[in-house]
Amino acid sequence: MTERTKVADEVATYTEGLMGKSVPRQTARRLATGRGRYLDDIDAGVPYHVAFYRSPYARARFTLGDLSAAQKMPGILRVVTGEQLSTVCAPWVTRLEMLPEHVSAPQHPLAISEVYWQGEPVVAVVAKTRAQAEDALDVLEIDWHDLEPVVDAAQALQPESPLAHPQLPSNLALQREIRRGDVEAALSKAACVVQHRFSFGRQTGVPLEARGVVARYDPRTEELVVYQSHQSPFQMQEIYAKQLSMPLSQVRVLCPDVGGAFGIKLHAYPDEMAAVAIAKLLAVPIKYQADRLESFVSDAHAREAVATAQLALDGQGRILGLSFDALFTFGAVSLYPRSSVGEALQVLEMCGMAYKVPALHGRVRGAFVNKVPSGAYRAVGQPLASAIIEQLLDNAAASLGMDRLEIRRKNYIVEADLAGDGDKRLRGLSLHQCLDTLKENIGYEQLRQRQEELRTLGVYRGIGLCTFIEQTGVGAGLYGRNGVPVAGKESVRLQLGASGQLTCYTSASESGQGAHTGLAQIIADGLGCPMDAIVVRSGDTQVDPTGGGSWASRGIALGGEAANRAARQLRANVLAIVSAWKSVDVADLEIDHGVVSLSDGEMICSLQQVARLAHYDSTQIPLADIPSLSIECSYSPFEKPYFMANGIQAAEIELDAETGQIRVLDFWVVEDCGTVINPLLVDEQIRGGVVQGIGAALFEHCIYSDTGQMSNASLADYLVPMASEMPDIHVAHVSTPEKETGIGAKGVGEAGTVGSIGAIWSAVNDALRPLEAAAENQPFTPDVILSAILRKLQAD
Amino acid sequence: MRDSQVQDITVTLNGERREFAVPVRRNLVDFLRHDAGLTGSHVGCEAGICGACNVRVDGVVVRGCLMFAVQADGRVVDTIEGITASGEAEALQQAFVERNALQCGYCTPGMLMTGLELVNSGRMVSREEIREELSGNFCRCTGYHAIVDAIEHVVERGRK
Repeated sequence: MTERTKVADEVATYTEGLMGKSVPRQTARRLATGRGRYLDDIDAGVPYHVAFYRSPYARARFTLGDLSAAQKMPGILRVVTGEQLSTVCAPWVTRLEMLPEHVSAPQHPLAISEVYWQGEPVVAVVAKTRAQAEDALDVLEIDWHDLEPVVDAAQALQPESPLAHPQLPSNLALQREIRRGDVEAALSKAACVVQHRFSFGRQTGVPLEARGVVARYDPRTEELVVYQSHQSPFQMQEIYAKQLSMPLSQVRVLCPDVGGAFGIKLHAYPDEMAAVAIAKLLAVPIKYQADRLESFVSDAHAREAVATAQLALDGQGRILGLSFDALFTFGAVSLYPRSSVGEALQVLEMCGMAYKVPALHGRVRGAFVNKVPSGAYRAVGQPLASAIIEQLLDNAAASLGMDRLEIRRKNYIVEADLAGDGDKRLRGLSLHQCLDTLKENIGYEQLRQRQEELRTLGVYRGIGLCTFIEQTGVGAGLYGRNGVPVAGKESVRLQLGASGQLTCYTSASESGQGAHTGLAQIIADGLGCPMDAIVVRSGDTQVDPTGGGSWASRGIALGGEAANRAARQLRANVLAIVSAWKSVDVADLEIDHGVVSLSDGEMICSLQQVARLAHYDSTQIPLADIPSLSIECSYSPFEKPYFMANGIQAAEIELDAETGQIRVLDFWVVEDCGTVINPLLVDEQIRGGVVQGIGAALFEHCIYSDTGQMSNASLADYLVPMASEMPDIHVAHVSTPEKETGIGAKGVGEAGTVGSIGAIWSAVNDALRPLEAAAENQPFTPDVILSAILRKLQAD
Repeated sequence: MRDSQVQDITVTLNGERREFAVPVRRNLVDFLRHDAGLTGSHVGCEAGICGACNVRVDGVVVRGCLMFAVQADGRVVDTIEGITASGEAEALQQAFVERNALQCGYCTPGMLMTGLELVNSGRMVSREEIREELSGNFCRCTGYHAIVDAIEHVVERGRK
């Protein structure tokens, strides 16, 4: 037995107390009373402000003309060019050691002589106010020579296509295949073969607080302090140190309250690199707060892909083979440092994974084009993987005259399929239980009946179904093995201070998910103290233990387990101290509500007294080595690369066949994230994720012109889901604790989004089925729906 | 137009009469944040879409990004800091916290401004009507359900 499994066995006894209770978040009151402190609220001396001149072209060469007019404008400190910044900031190249064929071009904080996407920062103006900096952008003299861009992925892969970047060997950024069994034979011989074409529109995350940094470089001590609205402070510390040639110890990155992130604030962006490099170059405090317009053409884009897929089944609806081919539209370069390939690789790995698929052929490709670089956005490719297989199963059910829930149930993998050398990652799923629970919760039969009745009245309702599996708490295998310096573990340092206050410093940062509250619940139970004795802090590379941050649904799954272990170790140390002090056997001691007692209930002392003793009065403890009251623990999955969560979602929509408009009437989720530490917060993670997926499916779209300009780059034109368009969302749970950890929690931050996009695909096409039309283009705008109906009518 | 062009204004800000010299081109929310030091109101889109900058001017909720600071001259302006200090928003804030009707919190001050206006109106509103009222406030985190619950809770309690 390994040491890790020992811990897991022992810890399973702690299931009572605060874990599992709906405790409101500790920070919510501060935020709800206007006392949040976000990036733009940071006051670091009197900073200068930066505004960027951004490329109006998707692909062009430029020459900087006379910049003196801008330099002479009121309030201007300096006009900074790419060449000037290259003296302090080295270019960076995205590389993955396990994927050497993925070749991306070098990136600079400011463009040097050429630009590769509309919105790429070209010149920085540093001024006393942002408004003054923006004034000077109007008088910069830049001579442009526009070049032919490539904006379409299929065209980019044609031999005669221009390159998105001259330093690329090819626009083909990624090509990977997976093959198992003889899928061609399955497709040619099967009783039933169905197919579907999928076009997923380009999107972006739109955190309400835009990105930003406040940077201060002190030339006396050669220290750099960067406040940044970011999800991964340790990643950025590493990057600033490397690009600015500084020792890691001289760089401190702090993340204040983060106003939404969703993966968008997980990358290293040229504008933020430029702002920090300018702080070093000019040795003045610099603030860069992106505005909404520039966010649309600089924040990571995501999810743009076209796919074709086929599913072969026998006459009873058993899957015989699955084939899919997806082409992703990346941007001009691969986002740094995590790259742009994640979404495509997730589709390759996860499409069909919840089902028994004897024969499989999948291919994913990605193409560089002259658009904003693409990268991680909530659920990273998994929504597409789910949407594809679930739509195929719906088509198969229709073709075979089968019930849509039953065809799913029939094909789910079961534990018996995983025996022996079977896939460890898929053990402990609860697909059948979730399906049964959903069926009951939605009143499936009545819903179906009502749908049928309304169809006779010309009302088209659709019921969407989407099984999902989800990678959560992704560990060190993802980036470490690829040579990308991003921690796959999460860590805590739990300290019992002399006042009796417990402080938990953690790498598990957050932007409102509530991980900190969950950690406090776990610590309170593990140590035996009330929650209000615990303060959880994160977002400071100087004081927190190293870890990944907030991405891949890891705060509780990994950070929580680290907290659990730290709390138990601290408990053991406290008891060892009391045992020596009072000459009592450790086995006879307990800690409850912050009080150490004998097993018979006699109180001995409070945690505060132990702390004062150990910190100030330790001669009373007859031990040469007093056990530490500061415990640091890290956790990363060991037996498997991540913890697989699962669930199923259902949507009911109404589609107006005259106008093409879709209204979401109701939405249900049944989800299994293992042990639920805090039901209140877990449910709201799911609901928020669902709405982000509904927005993706129905409204959100980065629309590009043929010349590579994003034509709807404002919040007035890029439509996001608002309250009046969204339904109530019913959430239920099945709980299958993760066996690898003591707390048994899996992640939940992305679950809603993983399934809701597919649920809307399924619902829309279910509504269209009596019209014999099929929707293939997301977002499902009225125009897309009417075109689908019209296509059918014209075919007749 | 330059930042050197300033104008004196007098504003009753969260109940206190105060004088400022503000650049004439500065919008109300930037003025509140950067001149008056009231950072509770947020900037989300600067185009009147998202509602993160919602504040109250002469008792009516407005977009802080669609009004110039100089237009507030001689008027009464209330921000999240003011309605917190006065206790006016306490029930709603409490409901938001208990129901976890906020995550990142960036939209919350603006959302509370809108929600409070609805609560104060004394109207009998359904969930659908609450959703309609909130349709000018963008929240990327919660999916709105919990926000509707929190407002509904306070509206119903007021009715009893």
